[in-house]
Amino acid sequence: MRNPLRPLFPYLAKYKKGYVVGFAALIITQLVGVTIPLVIKEAFDALTRGVTSQRLAFLALLLLGIALTKAFFQFWMRWILIGISRDVEYDLRNDLFKHLMRQDTRYYNEHRTGDLMAKLTNDLTAVRNIVGPGIMYSANTVVTGIVTIALMAHLDLHLTLLALAPLPLASIAVKFFGQRIHESFEKIQAMYSELTEKVRENLAGVRLVRSFRQEDPEMRQFDRMNQIYVEKNKRLIWITSFLWPALALLFAISFLLILVVGGEHVLSGKITIGTFAALNIYLMNLIWPIVALGWVTNIIQRGLASMGRLWTIFAVQPAINDRLAPEHPIQELNGEIEFRNLTFAYNGFPILKDINLHIPAGKTFAIVGATGSGKTTLAALVPRLFDAPEGAVLVDGVPVRHVPLRTLRSNIGFVPQETFLFSDSIRENIRFGVPGSSDSEVEHAAEVSNILPEILSFPKGFESMVGERGLTLSGGQKQRVAISRAIIRNPRILILDDALSSVDTYTEEKILRHLTEVMAGRTTILISHRVSTIRNADEIVVLHGGTIVERGSHEELLAMDGHYAELYNKQLIEESLEKEI
Amino acid sequence: MADSLHEEEVLGKAYDAHLMRRLLAYLRPYRQVVFFALIAIFLYGLLQAVPPYLMGLEIDRYLDPTKRHQIPQGLLHFLSANPRTGILQIAFAIFLPTVLLTFILQFAQTFAMQLVGQKVMYDLRKQVFEHLQRLQMSYFDRNPVGRLVTRVTTDIDVLNDMFASGVVAVFGDFFTLVSIMVVMLKLDWRLALLTFAVLPLIILATALFRKAVRESYRRIRLAIARINSYLQEHITGMSVLQLFNREERSYEEFQKINGAYLKAYKDSILAYGLFYPTVEFLGVLAIVIILYKGGDMIMGGTLTVGTAIAFIQYSQRFFRPIQDLSDKYNILQSAMASSERIFKVLDTPVLISDPARPQKPAAPRGPVEFRNVGFAYRDNHRVLENVSFTIEPGETVAVVGHTGAGKTTLTNLLLRFYDVQEGSILFDGVDIRELSLHELRSNFGIVLQDPFLFSGTITSNIRLGTEGISDEQVRDAARRVNMLDFIESLPGGFEEPVRERGATLSSGQKQLLSFARALAHDPKILILDEATSSVDPETEHMIREGLKRLLENRTSLVIAHRLSTIQNASKIIVMHKGRVREVGTHQELLRLKGIYFKLYQLQYKDQELLAPAEPAPGS
Repeated sequence: MRNPLRPLFPYLAKYKKGYVVGFAALIITQLVGVTIPLVIKEAFDALTRGVTSQRLAFLALLLLGIALTKAFFQFWMRWILIGISRDVEYDLRNDLFKHLMRQDTRYYNEHRTGDLMAKLTNDLTAVRNIVGPGIMYSANTVVTGIVTIALMAHLDLHLTLLALAPLPLASIAVKFFGQRIHESFEKIQAMYSELTEKVRENLAGVRLVRSFRQEDPEMRQFDRMNQIYVEKNKRLIWITSFLWPALALLFAISFLLILVVGGEHVLSGKITIGTFAALNIYLMNLIWPIVALGWVTNIIQRGLASMGRLWTIFAVQPAINDRLAPEHPIQELNGEIEFRNLTFAYNGFPILKDINLHIPAGKTFAIVGATGSGKTTLAALVPRLFDAPEGAVLVDGVPVRHVPLRTLRSNIGFVPQETFLFSDSIRENIRFGVPGSSDSEVEHAAEVSNILPEILSFPKGFESMVGERGLTLSGGQKQRVAISRAIIRNPRILILDDALSSVDTYTEEKILRHLTEVMAGRTTILISHRVSTIRNADEIVVLHGGTIVERGSHEELLAMDGHYAELYNKQLIEESLEKEI
Repeated sequence: MADSLHEEEVLGKAYDAHLMRRLLAYLRPYRQVVFFALIAIFLYGLLQAVPPYLMGLEIDRYLDPTKRHQIPQGLLHFLSANPRTGILQIAFAIFLPTVLLTFILQFAQTFAMQLVGQKVMYDLRKQVFEHLQRLQMSYFDRNPVGRLVTRVTTDIDVLNDMFASGVVAVFGDFFTLVSIMVVMLKLDWRLALLTFAVLPLIILATALFRKAVRESYRRIRLAIARINSYLQEHITGMSVLQLFNREERSYEEFQKINGAYLKAYKDSILAYGLFYPTVEFLGVLAIVIILYKGGDMIMGGTLTVGTAIAFIQYSQRFFRPIQDLSDKYNILQSAMASSERIFKVLDTPVLISDPARPQKPAAPRGPVEFRNVGFAYRDNHRVLENVSFTIEPGETVAVVGHTGAGKTTLTNLLLRFYDVQEGSILFDGVDIRELSLHELRSNFGIVLQDPFLFSGTITSNIRLGTEGISDEQVRDAARRVNMLDFIESLPGGFEEPVRERGATLSSGQKQLLSFARALAHDPKILILDEATSSVDPETEHMIREGLKRLLENRTSLVIAHRLSTIQNASKIIVMHKGRVREVGTHQELLRLKGIYFKLYQLQYKDQELLAPAEPAPGS
């Protein structure tokens, strides 16, 4: 059978040297440590025989020396072996994130963030536990066990066999109850989630609860779940409050056997009082390795299950990649875009049908249409957030799949429909477009998108934090930051996907005017359901149900008196309603 | 990345007398159990001193019989002169009962206190949850659901550590230490005092270690929180990241955060790496003292071998209680922080509650009157201004208006989710603030704009927790909104599980279900906030039919988005920017060519295409 730990090997191999040194330290620690009871035995044997002060002083110093040596190696053992496990965790987490950054949008539509997060936290920890405590305590148990038991047997075989007899039971108990504890804990966690969900639901539906006077029934229901939760905890409490005292009892029985049988052996002269004391100490030293044995088996079991889950992330190769990019791909883009017989379906649902469009470089092009008409998808195909069929989307006459992703995307400034800003300062959010850009470039970009005065009016200006822990920006402000972020890239192609929807028409007009200047000679694609945004575009297409139904300039489209004209009229009424006091 | 901590992460002082008193009050109902646990742990502490003593006793009495002067008279009489019998006596008559009793006491104490911990958490959870059921809606506007959920769940769980392993166990550690020290002093006070010399070193090492570890754990918590929020954020914003070619840069950033986590952990490994060997070394140091000094005394005849060996065992039992005691500091600190947050919720006053002497209308049926009502959610942002209108019994009143006109606020005020700030709302001529909340709300049935489903079944979502709605009534309500066939086609029928965000039901079906819910509760007055979400024509037809049934012969206030509702309304109220601007029937308002006319063109005209069966208005 294949070793289930195999996928971890490349990660461990990196720290081969560390492992060699660490294991050496571990072995030395145990070999040195095992002599301490021997010295104590020697001292008591000497004391019962009669001994000089010098001899006693020598033994005491020897003991100190041994203890210091042991402490020294013990430090290195822990520092190296546990340290490596954190290094491996670090490497793994980096690799996972790197891999995730290569996955495409479709992957994220299919994998919930919560699930991915769970893998990156819980499962990663479980795997780390194999590499760290798992490996260290396994080795520790083996080495300590062998050395200690060998020495004990050497001192008094008969007594050793008797005294150790109850101890495998301790390992088994830890393993068995450890598993129960884990299962019970999982059940408690599940109930805990249910309880949490109940509270969340109750609070989210608070209006409904109040208006249907469900407070009392809700309290009763919560109370029931609360009780079940306590019941489930009770089961765990039984096990945990039983396990440790029971283990202590088990070890006490070993000590009892030493008291009885060891005493007998001293009386019969088989062993000395010193040996009697030493055996006691050895037994004490065995307690932890024996407990660890059961514990480690559980750690490894759980870690393996987590490894399986974690590696499902690595198993999926990114579907959007540079596979088709030629050896000497184009480096510069001019900004010409073409959709050629483009038909696109997502998960079997047809989204776009038979789109043929040619957008010459340097033109401002607009797409309008109702929600669900496919305009966002159309825009997303250009920077390859989704892959259109081979040869259906071209830039500068080259199929997008033949342009390296990096080149393609670095020539595009994209402002998505749902504004996403990172929790960072406004400055860093704008600079996100071009790392390392100067403050004046950031300010210029903010000026173009008409947000500069507002930013400057914030107490912390450009350093204001965005997001949960910072400033709450209005929808329109967020959109304009996102526009600045795209503009600062100075892109050959600028795509605004409904990116002015929360901006009032006056500001919109200003931004558009700025954009015309900045984007002179470059390609702009404006997507909107608002006529005001697009009326000045060189060409406008109207999408409906995934196909182009009208195209032309604003005037031409109005003259057609079709979809576009209807949209336009409605917006005129809307504006007049806004003005009503 | 901000360096600021979440409110959730702030740790303050470890002990606050006021908070502590308040927390301990929760133990009062279980004081007998706590008292019992205290006694158990006291005895347990005493027993901890016994096994090493027995070892020494056996050696001194039987194995090294030259010196036996330290054995108390009582024991000396009890123990047989025959060594073999005596050893068995020690083992089975003293040692075995001791360890068995230890087992029972430890088990009983842990179990009892863990159980009390669970009970206290149960009580607290119940108390917080019930308080939340009474708090006014404005509290929920200010406090996000996620944060409140944390109060009922995570924060209370943190307290478990304190009740289960903190309060009583502190005494356990203390008793253990004291009883060991007393026995040692009794056995030989000079050697005992010498051995105690390692105690300050242990305490010092533990304190230094605790400090280092606390600091690195704080950094670890912070780093892992950052890693998680970074991942969460970057996974959510992955497409933006990719569009802007940020992969390498984000990787570098991530490495840095990940590195801070690694560094913090390495520091804690360093602390542990130093601490464990130090503890072991100090253990050996104690042995060295006992061997060297005790050895001298043994040679001088003032100490027995057995006592020396017992001392060695005692000296190894110092460490655990001292380490445990230092653990308690952290437990206390987190408990204080959590309890402060919990008490803050509990201390929030209930602002909207029943009047002292609520009026009891004999047979309420309306009218409902809004009289010069003014309201603002926030200080200077008026949502309603001088709003007056009346809903007579039997009337269907439709409220229409553009987004933000204040329509939903009307229902919020009517149900006293908020209290009016100016004017008043009268029900049957009585100010609604003079009715009990239960009485007031029992007259209304509400259908919210976003149909909300609870996790449960179809039945439980129609009936909710209202007793007295029979299965037959649930079924009848479903039938009346044309849902019966659909529900019966489900594998589980009426018992089919549904959940709020589940996919069992379409949004149209969810709306129908919430109609059925309102019907089953058979309210005198119906409040309906129509959903705006677009649905397919077939569902639209079903919803229109359902609505018709819902409104039949019933007083109702409808925030209307559907042409059918508006046309059949007895009265239409046009709200615009917080004021009532136009009142009248559909035809009257259309003729007015004012706001309603424009709204109609904008919002409702499309529906004519969807609903050709409807008679076209104005024709």
